[in-house]
Amino acid sequence: MIYLLDLMLIALTAALINNFVLYYFVGICPFVGVSRKVEMAFGMGLAVTFVISIAAFISWSITTMVLIPGAPLSSFIAGFFLPEESAAAIDLTILSYIVYIFAIASSVQFVEMYVRKFFPQLYSSFGVFLPLITTNCAILFACLTIMSHVVGVENPQDAWDLGRAITLAFFGGIGFTIAIVIMSGIREELELCDIPEPFQDAAITLIIGGILAIAFMGFTGVDSGIREALIP
Amino acid sequence: MADSPTAFERFVQGILPENPVYRQLLGLCPTLAVTNGMKPALTMACSVAFVLLCANIVISLIRNLLKPHLRIVVFTLTIATFVTIADRFLAAYLFQMSKTLGPYIPLIIVNCLIICRCEVCASKQSVFTAASDAIGQSIGFGLALSSIAAVREILGTGMFFGIRILPEAWPDWVIMVLPPGAFLTLGLLLGLVNWLGSIKSRRAS
Repeated sequence: MIYLLDLMLIALTAALINNFVLYYFVGICPFVGVSRKVEMAFGMGLAVTFVISIAAFISWSITTMVLIPGAPLSSFIAGFFLPEESAAAIDLTILSYIVYIFAIASSVQFVEMYVRKFFPQLYSSFGVFLPLITTNCAILFACLTIMSHVVGVENPQDAWDLGRAITLAFFGGIGFTIAIVIMSGIREELELCDIPEPFQDAAITLIIGGILAIAFMGFTGVDSGIREALIP
Repeated sequence: MADSPTAFERFVQGILPENPVYRQLLGLCPTLAVTNGMKPALTMACSVAFVLLCANIVISLIRNLLKPHLRIVVFTLTIATFVTIADRFLAAYLFQMSKTLGPYIPLIIVNCLIICRCEVCASKQSVFTAASDAIGQSIGFGLALSSIAAVREILGTGMFFGIRILPEAWPDWVIMVLPPGAFLTLGLLLGLVNWLGSIKSRRAS
């Protein structure tokens, strides 16, 4: 029960309270660039949600299996060459950035190939966005957030498990979709407005983003309220 | 862009005419996220400058070995290596600052600015040209970051570099140091820069 509540709070926080775009500013480039039409924005959001979940799965597995001190795989391999204590103390977390970006780039490549082969219709709707996603900060940001909850946690019970990691990533992607779809809806209406010339395009998008961020600030504190109400 | 501008032209272009933030709209994540004060903004600008310079030099040195379909992967892995160095350096010598910047230092890896400069300039030009391009772009990036940070810090806290410059009676606009202030400031400054640019071009014609 506590676990389910924890998952729910992580989901709520990632999707609304600390929205990836409007609170952490990751994924701003597609937020400004691909938010002209609602369909395109929705396709981009779906593609990001899809890739971010896969990337979270991969990066969580690599972090716990290989990178952290005492990880099963690395200490097993090192056990052939080193005495047991030093094999268990091998810390590869310094490689984490390189490993994550490599994992993201290759998983995007695989997802693109797989979707093109087996789901041609899906590919025609969001396939064009897939290559762009490698350099989307939102994906790497999700991996880093998961890493910060796995590496260097003082109490081993507090380290996140796979369920929490995937929940954070999936609902972070949902939050991204919500933000970008709202933005594109507003921008479709904006085409009918008379905006001063210097503010057209990116400038007005950012200002509207600011107003949206103010609106999303209204969710602040919802998570602690729920936690207090449900855990006596 | 003209065919192959000289090293000096590239250096000058990066600062204002092709400012990475205001003109090319690249690298917006750190621009928005770390500009709630001058100190984090300058630290971020220095880290980006270091990574951009090193990555541009390395990419330029290996440009003849690059295979077209693998180049993006090579770019990101090179950048990731230098970002790890910068991150460890900050954690060792500026621990408090590295806590403040948090995930935004590793996020330099996916900063479009650096990948774009590697793709546009470093993978085609000699080492000297690539390095001067990197320095010019870094100065432009630093200028943009500090302009936004100055507006946000002064309006949000009444202070500049942590020193109070507005009178005590100034009601702090807290919204300016919170996330929405970043969007509003950048949007308004972008409009201002566009407006000044259009006046200049009208005068020229």
